[in-house]
Amino acid sequence: MHALSLKNLKKTYPGGVEALKGISLDVAEGDFFALLGPNGAGKSTAIGIISSLVNKTSGDVKVFGRSLEREPEAVKRCLGLVPQEFNFNPFEPIGEILVNQAGYHGIPRKLAWERAEQYLNQLELWDKRRQPARKLSGGMKRRLMIARALVHRPRLLILDEPTAGVDIEIRRSMWEFIRGINREGVTIILTTHYLEEAENLCRNLAIINQGEIIEHSSMRELLTRLRSESFVLNLKRPLEGLPPHEGLWLKLSEPGLLEVCVNQEQGLNPVFDYLNRNGIEVASMRNKQNRLEQLFIGLLQRDREAS
Amino acid sequence: MFASPYWVAYRTIVIKEIRRFSRIWMQTVLPPVITTTLYFIIFGRLIGGKIGPMGGVDYINYIVPGLVLMAVITNSYANVVSSFYQAKFQHHIEELLVSPAPHWVILAGFISGGVARGVTVGSVVLAVSCVFAEPHLHSIPMTLLVFVLTSALFALGGFINAIYANSFDDITIIPNFVLTPLTYLGGVFYSIDLLSPFWQQVSLFNPILYMVNAFRYGLLGLSDIPVGIALTMTLIFITALTLFSLRLLTKGIGIKT
Repeated sequence: MHALSLKNLKKTYPGGVEALKGISLDVAEGDFFALLGPNGAGKSTAIGIISSLVNKTSGDVKVFGRSLEREPEAVKRCLGLVPQEFNFNPFEPIGEILVNQAGYHGIPRKLAWERAEQYLNQLELWDKRRQPARKLSGGMKRRLMIARALVHRPRLLILDEPTAGVDIEIRRSMWEFIRGINREGVTIILTTHYLEEAENLCRNLAIINQGEIIEHSSMRELLTRLRSESFVLNLKRPLEGLPPHEGLWLKLSEPGLLEVCVNQEQGLNPVFDYLNRNGIEVASMRNKQNRLEQLFIGLLQRDREAS
Repeated sequence: MFASPYWVAYRTIVIKEIRRFSRIWMQTVLPPVITTTLYFIIFGRLIGGKIGPMGGVDYINYIVPGLVLMAVITNSYANVVSSFYQAKFQHHIEELLVSPAPHWVILAGFISGGVARGVTVGSVVLAVSCVFAEPHLHSIPMTLLVFVLTSALFALGGFINAIYANSFDDITIIPNFVLTPLTYLGGVFYSIDLLSPFWQQVSLFNPILYMVNAFRYGLLGLSDIPVGIALTMTLIFITALTLFSLRLLTKGIGIKT
């Protein structure tokens, strides 16, 4: 059974803006799925429709086989949402925010507090449970929204830019937490502008552009389509110029920084052979650009040219 | 044993609403008490003494039901309009919209919050009136019924206002330009028997007149209008506004894009 199934979903806003032009999408149960796209592509509209915050124009939404139109309560019971914008009462203590959310899902107060304690502890917020939400830092507010979305134990968790504006340390701990939730069997749909995040976490993905899905595949399959990869090499000793390098794409961007571009069939060995032959020592190496980012930009460019 | 999920959701909204207005009691409960006290002093004691009895009772006792109901109307309306509009403005209404709580539970929760504030403030004002006047309790069931029905009706009004409001200005227009004039012209300070036949007929279009008179009957046993008609009219208004509010929620007007 699919955790989420969208069929020909359309949304036209008053004024005629077509945010979704009939997207169809299936997300398997237990998947960690990335929904990517540039700003204004229609990701948030799609998420808004799935979570009942936006009225669709036409099309079908099914969550675990149940129709959002016909069985909205059953669908909402399965769904947890972490929206992009903070949407809690800033004057309410954070413990109350969680307990109230559980209450709206019909979970009695005692059980709600037990769950609130569990998730607030896991997200390192339990000590702050009596503080009003407005007093939390940006990263804590993000974690509060994740805890709130989990308090009714949803089977499908939608994370809309969950780590926006969060420092790298907290972001990585959030990734670990979310991975753990997925390992427990919760299907996760993630939208993010950090493509490194999507590449690290997600198994499958869809890319939306201008209200249409332009790519829907597994992360592995998509990454194999990457024909070439660029690396930046830090050299031990600065160079004035490069010895002849026929058949290799090399560029000395600074005296101590060498840019290398290799295609998939070629691999990195010929580059290292060349460096060894010429006595050039490498101190360290990194990808110039995230692989998914490279593909993402390429796909968007192609779509723009096609339209 | 677990309670029904609907009941838990309803109770959660009501408790949240009661906590909200209790936490800010200086803004919600205290001001109507001060305003009404001033009414009792100025209109009841100072001017009322010169007016003489009305409807067979002292003027100060005559205005007690109207003043109590005025506080009930203003507060039940204000509670829902401000709470729901703030939830919209700060987007935490989304917490409810993504939850499986049905629309009727959401509506019932907010309206009950408004009723709770209306009844609380009304009770406090009634208690204050005992300092200045000697209010009777002709019929306790009628008094309580009108308390609750009036609060519910104006809480519904506040809810609809909040749904349509796009700014904080929009939530003050109706109370200032509609509710206040209707309340003052709804027989709070006078009997409509004092008006010419034409204005008596015009007054009958004012829904607040029915409630003030039903409440006056509950406290003093006096009414310009048959109590049965007053209650029927109130119930008709409540039914109409409830159906309209549910329709707005179902369509997502003002809360969904």
